[in-house]
Amino acid sequence: MWSQRQSLLRRVACGVEELRCRRREREAALRKARRERQLVSKRLLREAPEEAAEEGAAAVLGEAEIQHFLRLAQRGTEEKKREEALVTLRQGLQHLETQQTFIRLEGSMQTLVGLLTCNRALLQLEAARCLHELSHSEQSMVAEACLPATSYLLTYLSGHSSNFIELCLYTLGNLIVESEAVRKQLLPQGIVPALASCIQSPHMAVLEAVGYALSQLLQAKEAPEEIIPCILNSTLPQHMLQLMQPGPKLNPGIAVEFAWCLHYIICSQVNNALLITHGALSTLALLLLDLAEVVQRTEDAGLELLACPVIRCLSNLLTEVAVEDVEGQMQLGDERVVAALFILLEFFLQKQPSLLPEGLWLLNNLTANSPTLCTSLLSLDLIEPLLQLSSLSNMVSVLVLTVLCNVAEKGPAYCRRLWPGPLLPCLLNTVTLSDTEVVGQSLELLQLLFLYQPEAAQDFLQQSGLQALERHREEVQLQDRVRALQQTALHG
Amino acid sequence: MLLPSALRARLAGAPGAAEPLPVERSPAARAAPFGFVPRPVRFPREHEFFEDGDVQRHLYLQDVITQVAEAPEKSRVPEFTCQVAGCCQVFAALEDYQHHYHMMHGNACSLCSRAFPSEHLLDAHILEWHDSLFQVLAERQDMYQCLVEGCREKFKNTQDRKDHMVRLHLYPADFRFDKPKTSRGPSMPGAIADLSTRTLADDGDAMEVCPSPMTLSSAPVSEKRTYSHRVPSTICFGQGALRGFKSTKKKNKHH
Ligand SMILES: [Zn+2]
Ligand SMILES: [Zn+2]
Ligand SMILES: [Zn+2]
Repeated sequence: MWSQRQSLLRRVACGVEELRCRRREREAALRKARRERQLVSKRLLREAPEEAAEEGAAAVLGEAEIQHFLRLAQRGTEEKKREEALVTLRQGLQHLETQQTFIRLEGSMQTLVGLLTCNRALLQLEAARCLHELSHSEQSMVAEACLPATSYLLTYLSGHSSNFIELCLYTLGNLIVESEAVRKQLLPQGIVPALASCIQSPHMAVLEAVGYALSQLLQAKEAPEEIIPCILNSTLPQHMLQLMQPGPKLNPGIAVEFAWCLHYIICSQVNNALLITHGALSTLALLLLDLAEVVQRTEDAGLELLACPVIRCLSNLLTEVAVEDVEGQMQLGDERVVAALFILLEFFLQKQPSLLPEGLWLLNNLTANSPTLCTSLLSLDLIEPLLQLSSLSNMVSVLVLTVLCNVAEKGPAYCRRLWPGPLLPCLLNTVTLSDTEVVGQSLELLQLLFLYQPEAAQDFLQQSGLQALERHREEVQLQDRVRALQQTALHG
Repeated sequence: MLLPSALRARLAGAPGAAEPLPVERSPAARAAPFGFVPRPVRFPREHEFFEDGDVQRHLYLQDVITQVAEAPEKSRVPEFTCQVAGCCQVFAALEDYQHHYHMMHGNACSLCSRAFPSEHLLDAHILEWHDSLFQVLAERQDMYQCLVEGCREKFKNTQDRKDHMVRLHLYPADFRFDKPKTSRGPSMPGAIADLSTRTLADDGDAMEVCPSPMTLSSAPVSEKRTYSHRVPSTICFGQGALRGFKSTKKKNKHH
């Protein structure tokens, strides 16, 4: 079912291998940008394969040359020559210097928009490619110079040429992230209804481009107030969920884009009840099952890129479901969800350990109020694999201990299944750590175990657990709980 | 991480929920100094918990160039001419032809052969230009639909509509899709009669405000024909000619 879809993501993974060093630098830059709330990325769409090889070979164009090629494109006598002039211009526009010269040149953008709307389809296409190069510029000023073209780009989205629509969508997607001013123009110009009509396209490439443009729109700082309400009012959410429905038609490239869109919507908490009404929880849960199924058979397909937003969406949505409804919601009482999540945790551990906390966060949200899923965790023998993760990092440790507390606090029947077993050596270890949060969560778990399974206190005492606790007696945040536990262990 | 071997079988098996063990909570569980309460946690978008995943997502976005590099070559074929009656465009690649066909003949008016970028604009054009009832009705009620898809506003005349589009939708004042009815150059046979009868009713408006340098007023004139720059050089009397073409879908370059 996933076979033909993997190719897209695998290709990305191959590129990564070669570009490891450059990637590390970019990763650091992205982290910095995120902390400064400036995390934006653009996509570059270039068509002809010969060009990729020649990239960099294209010359920087000066003012006179730009003028020459524009005039040729506008007034040449032969259509082929006009097209070629635009191709040369576009190749030149791959350079920032040419881009800057271009936007400074008076009337240049007007001429380009004129070509975009002229009556020669191939010239229109080349003009759109020029605009796309400009939209991808690293300089805001260059991309913002494309503003006069947006109403046309949006109008062309209702056309019939899927290539052209795809190009317009990626160009719009690049412009969207440039500034709030751009978005303030695109919204009244009708970008939301335009996307809502494009999302019904039969072309896969168009759908992926819609997902990209929409995800760019949703990342805007003002999205929760200005953009998400419009989107929730449109038909987009239902179509997005349809495109994430597992089954033979699911395309992972498209699903990745829309899963991120959904994440941006859900974590903004505008009207998540509406999404739940549209069946978001069951779609996401089924997709999680499907993903777990696929990662077992497929290597290096980049599926963590899809798993990550799916997990976030499910986890955040679960906080909005009433306690008594968690198990009632379709699929969420299903123990296969827990099985799938563990298979994905194992996948993350091998592929992208930095995503483990997100998976454990979902496990917390699933088990917090669900005796059914806590029972599944016990009956599927998942406590031991869970404990194996706890040594990875303090953050992972706290999350693992919290999930165990979720199970333990349900009472004696649960604690009887937790103790003894591998939990004792694990706790004997975590209480000796220096991280206050890890120790604190261990103390909470010990107290629940001592209360509901008194044997645990005896075992802990025999294994010199109390001496281990001794080292935290002076720590303000821990000392009360340490004393209380020692009391219980010694005097019952 | 060692997963029990039965887990994979369980995932592949039928849906089913476990019979939950009995829940029995004691009030002592939350007695001070302890206070664990199980709770689902929500993270907002900017939370640092999401940093790693967000960075992965953006690396993926930026990597797209490596995918596109593998685009298939255009399918070169011997030069051929567009088959739509009256259109003489010549092509050397199927993709170019397909694009031309969609752009120039996809939403063309069968009465005057103008090409429109969308069905919405074509519908508005047919109504406003070729529907004899339209002018009669327009005198009594607002009939000019807003050209922005999804907007339901209607106006008394095109000037009001233009004002609305510029003010409310932030369209450029020289928006060029609503072409004027007056044709200054020689027009297409068949369309002339229609145009001339309507010229009087035309309030001289249109969005094409500026025949400035960028409107390509000196668009090239093909050797074979002379057209007004305002009229697409493609004629399409009846769109049926190539209907079947759309099914020859181009290979998707991403997949
Ligand atoms: Zn043609
Ligand atoms: Zn017409
Ligand atoms: Zn309107």
